[in-house]
Amino acid sequence: MSRDYRTVASLASIHRMTNAIETQELAKSFGTTRALDGIDLTVREGSVYGLLGPNGAGKTTAIRILTTLIKADSGRAIVGGLDVAREPGAVRRKVGLTGQYASVDEDLTGTENLVLVGRLLGLSWSEARRRGTELLEAFALSDAAARQVRTYSGGMRRRLDIAASLVIVPAILFLDEPTTGLDPRARNQVWDLVRRIANEGTTVLLTTQYLDEADRLAERLAVIDHGKVIAEGTSRELKASVGANAVHVRLADATQGDAAREAITRVLGDGIMPASDPMMISARLTSTAQAADVLTSLAQAGVDVAEFSVGTPSLDEVFLALTGKPSKSATEEVER
Amino acid sequence: MRETDGLGDVRGVLRAGERPAPPSAFSAVLTHAWRAMLKIKHVPFQLFDVVVTPIMFTLLFTYIFGGALAGTPREYIQYLLPGVLVQTIVFITVYTGVGLNTDIQKGLYDRFRSLPMWQPSPLFGALLGDVFRYSLAGSIIILIGFIIGFRPGGGIFGVVVALGLILVFSFALSWLWIIVGMLMKTPETVMTMSFVFLMPLTFASDIFVRLETMPGWLQAGVGRNPVTLLARAARGLMHGNVVMSDVWWVLLASAAITAISVPIAMRLYYRER
Ligand SMILES: Nc1ncnc2c1ncn2[C@@H]1O[C@H](COP(=O)(O)OP(=O)(O)OP(=O)(O)O)[C@@H](O)[C@H]1O
Ligand SMILES: [Mg+2]
Repeated sequence: MSRDYRTVASLASIHRMTNAIETQELAKSFGTTRALDGIDLTVREGSVYGLLGPNGAGKTTAIRILTTLIKADSGRAIVGGLDVAREPGAVRRKVGLTGQYASVDEDLTGTENLVLVGRLLGLSWSEARRRGTELLEAFALSDAAARQVRTYSGGMRRRLDIAASLVIVPAILFLDEPTTGLDPRARNQVWDLVRRIANEGTTVLLTTQYLDEADRLAERLAVIDHGKVIAEGTSRELKASVGANAVHVRLADATQGDAAREAITRVLGDGIMPASDPMMISARLTSTAQAADVLTSLAQAGVDVAEFSVGTPSLDEVFLALTGKPSKSATEEVER
Repeated sequence: MRETDGLGDVRGVLRAGERPAPPSAFSAVLTHAWRAMLKIKHVPFQLFDVVVTPIMFTLLFTYIFGGALAGTPREYIQYLLPGVLVQTIVFITVYTGVGLNTDIQKGLYDRFRSLPMWQPSPLFGALLGDVFRYSLAGSIIILIGFIIGFRPGGGIFGVVVALGLILVFSFALSWLWIIVGMLMKTPETVMTMSFVFLMPLTFASDIFVRLETMPGWLQAGVGRNPVTLLARAARGLMHGNVVMSDVWWVLLASAAITAISVPIAMRLYYRER
């Protein structure tokens, strides 16, 4: 009998705790700017969740509400089973935040920054120092431990910033644009870190403007724009919602764009998707067999093809299809 | 895959462990004060920076105008030094606002406020550090004074009490800078505000010349400037001829400024940014 009760009780608690973050109709305005316009999110415990959106979409605002830094105008947000508006103090004991701009003290050394955070979390001096050393080692910052942070590279600073959120490993970690401004190698390191953090059981909510980043890291993602969720699901689902199969052609010569589009249209009719990169053409397929015809048609038209692939549409295309404008990472690529 | 390159073994290090009880308010404040001390240690130039100008002023005034203003440079330094001490420390109070504004802009306060600690502890900790900085700067000025002939009649005790009184007033003034630091958009504008407020406050005082030498209409205003009262009290304490009412007025002004600015500062601190 008593055993049954226990099972029921633990089942109830499991059910209650399976979502690390839940928001309903979350809204926030700054003056006349509607930064969040009714956001519903559900993040499962232990997962990596991506908030994807362009500049000004409301990503930071959402994170600031969820980490108790600001209050929502309306709606509800539950973090770690606690209402952020009613129990902000208790929520702060469950979350870690690495903000959009490296929030470490540049005048202090790497060790000192981590000791500072450790002390503010309630560790003793010696525990804080021990934990700081351990983290610096794990984050490949041991050599720079005694150096002022102002001498760090962008990637080192970012790693220290993330380490500072892990002095006590939180149940839920918020990372606001963790790789913006990093070079590819540093970005890879951060990705690797995020995966490892998630592997150890921490729920990670990260924001990004990079579609490939969300695609690689997040099990589920929400695309937000102008404070609204415009699409939600796994990246596979999002891609599928735009079209099951697509052919991607990278041109070797930008002047052949029109010729190439013509050649593709001859086979597929009206299947070409809007793209932000002039060297790239993507088109929807009704069957994979059409791909061969497209290739033949391109060859006959004398188009130089640098790359040719068949697959689901890229998240860039998903974004374009959903918002009608290219994502930031795509526009940046064009400018480069 | 070379994705792991550079990173050490993070397994275990990233596993959620026991969470300690949050620190007491007192311990959190001390930790923030420790941070302020580290900044003095790592950026000593900042301290040097704020005492160089007053030292130049002291030397210039003493040796160029000293004779004309008080008979001899040696006599003038006895009058001037307590005032320069007041001016120096009152001027440094702006750095409370500049530092706070910088930290907020950099996002450091976002991190602090997401931690489970007594929320205003960064303000109080920084302030403790600032008071330490004021004493350090003050001591340097007094030391230079001794070297160039300052001989206070009130002895060391008088000097220490005078410095204490200046610290009390500067502590109160720092709260005003905390307010300014939270209202302004950039550290530079906070700095500009110091010229708007502190220049008139310190120069329209009797720090450099005696009140009696000023025209009557000016005396009325300058005589009511709290900086004049503070300089007069500091001179009195250092030379052993203090008028107690000056001290009381300074303490009253400090209490009034604190009582008004602390609630405003707290409200601004909890306000959204
Ligand atoms: N404190 C504030 N005061 C006024 N407006 C604000 C404030 N914070 C955000 N906003 C506005 O709210 C909107 C959403 O901002 P938010 O910072 O959440 O976007 P974001 O998705 O994080 O963008 P980014 O990619 O540029 O960081 C923007 O239009 C922004 O200008
Ligand atoms: Mg942002």
